[in-house]
Amino acid sequence: MSWLDKIVPSVGRIQRKDRRTSVPDGLWRKCPKCEAVLYLPELEKHHSVCPKCEHHLRLTARKRLDWFLDSEGREEIATDLQPVDRLKFRDSKKYKDRLSAAQKETNENDALIAMRGSLDGMPVVAVAFEFTFMGGSMGAVVGEKFVRAASLALEEKIPLICFSASGGARMQEALFSLMQMAKTSAALERLKQAGVPYISVLTDPVYGGVSASLAMLGDLNVAEPNALIGFAGPRVIEQTVREQLPEGFQRSEFLLEHGTVDMIVHRSEMRDRLGRVLRKLTHLPVSGMPEEHEPDLVDVAEQAGGDVAEDVSQER
Amino acid sequence: MNPNYLDFEQPIAELQAKIEELRLVGNDSKININDEIGKLEEKSKKLTEQIFRDLTAWQVSQLSRHPKRPYTLDYLEHIFTDFDELHGDRHFADDAAIVGGVARLDDKPVMVIGHQKGRDVKDKVRRNFGMPRPEGYRKACRLMEMAERFRMPVLTFIDTPGAYPGIDAEERGQSEAIAYNLAVMSRLKTPIVSTVVGEGGSGGALAIGVCDELQMLQYSTYSVISPEGCASILWKSAEKASEAAHAMGITAERLKELGFVDTLIEEPLGGAHRHPITTAERVKKALLDSLDRLGSMDVDALLKRRYERLMSYGAPA
Repeated sequence: MSWLDKIVPSVGRIQRKDRRTSVPDGLWRKCPKCEAVLYLPELEKHHSVCPKCEHHLRLTARKRLDWFLDSEGREEIATDLQPVDRLKFRDSKKYKDRLSAAQKETNENDALIAMRGSLDGMPVVAVAFEFTFMGGSMGAVVGEKFVRAASLALEEKIPLICFSASGGARMQEALFSLMQMAKTSAALERLKQAGVPYISVLTDPVYGGVSASLAMLGDLNVAEPNALIGFAGPRVIEQTVREQLPEGFQRSEFLLEHGTVDMIVHRSEMRDRLGRVLRKLTHLPVSGMPEEHEPDLVDVAEQAGGDVAEDVSQER
Repeated sequence: MNPNYLDFEQPIAELQAKIEELRLVGNDSKININDEIGKLEEKSKKLTEQIFRDLTAWQVSQLSRHPKRPYTLDYLEHIFTDFDELHGDRHFADDAAIVGGVARLDDKPVMVIGHQKGRDVKDKVRRNFGMPRPEGYRKACRLMEMAERFRMPVLTFIDTPGAYPGIDAEERGQSEAIAYNLAVMSRLKTPIVSTVVGEGGSGGALAIGVCDELQMLQYSTYSVISPEGCASILWKSAEKASEAAHAMGITAERLKELGFVDTLIEEPLGGAHRHPITTAERVKKALLDSLDRLGSMDVDALLKRRYERLMSYGAPA
């Protein structure tokens, strides 16, 4: 290799680097897992899944619901709820200040977004945690909004889907936040008793009080690939047991193996998979088309001894 | 330092030591020092009252974890009769960190379930310091559903640092076990009364703590995370546990003000461990009163009330 060859590629690298810094901010993002530099419009097209290593990047709650629900007929619910600093909690910062900082940063009132909408034509209620809002922690607003979403699903007898991403209970709300575990679980139990489907989708990460309540109570518990999910955080466990944690501990695949989740679903297939499962649970025909366009399916069901159309009308 | 006394009780310990010494001297000699002892006893009582008058949240937290504090099995012995302990979750194992079974409370059959810490080292290890694994919660759930079938009230005793954070617990679904209990307890068709007798450690406590009435002993605590845990996350230093304990409002008194606690059970001077039998009598009275109130309700009204109670937590004003 001549001295010139040695120099030229490095010159080229420098030039590329220069070019990269000259592109407008916010067009590139590094994959947190494989560190590949990804072009944002390209990443969006892949539902924020790294095209190189399939790592599922974290999503904002709004983007999550935007991708999940049909674009028509969405309605956000319980938008009026505002967090309250009942204890006048103060650590190194005031809780009140932490709240306003989080609200400013995320443009959300608190860490849960709830919407009524449809999935492939089927009416549903869907909620999603905003992890960037104080680690998606569950305080009184998250609990109350979740319960309102669940109550709406129960009232209208339509499925509830929750995308969780949370560090757990919100310490600054102390026992108020702990009690949200019981509150949300009680609301979900009503859905269960009434036969209204609830699907819990666990996305990276889900821990503590959220994991030990609403996130584990799905008729189906579904995980995104490689998400970290558990009761206690890995650091706490390591300090307690004083041994190294096994490879892949608390990852979705580990949970599947130990029987905690029903399935792991790639983000790009989420809509389709959940839609098809929910259509079975609610006795709807396969596709998103209205029933009258699907006479064959009804016929088939009738021949098999069940009257799908009637079942559906009773359900509503 | 006398290990029977906590840091902030050391002045009391010193006085007590003096009294002991005088007693020994009194036995040896003919001098009458009973007056002197009496005076010192009076002084010790005053001092105790003074120290216990305004304890900080952190001091209460230490009392709630006092190694001599009465545990669930002690209450079982002093409050109930005819106790049959029932073991195992029917799936995996029997978790000694939770005990439970059928007993009688003044002749009336009841289901008693509680966390259990150990007394000596061996027992502490066997009971995993009162930190249940999923099988413990599943045993509790089995017993609660049994109580529902046989129309017995469920009385739970809460005293745990928290659910066990271990590899095996995670493998067997610690989160699911807790969540499942929360759901089941919200609709269990029998009265549930929970009494926090020591540490109410987060989800691990709540998993047997969804109830119609909540009672707390005066020097017990109930919190979303331990003061040390909260301090190390929010203050970045476990040393700030005292501040964290105060900020979270973990004491029975504060939680009563905040509306979580129905009955605050006063403890004898110096704490439950100084007079375990008196404490047990007071707990028993509170339980009987509570069951009196709940026993007259029909099941639908009871469940409606329980649901509304749960929904009221943190609901907008």
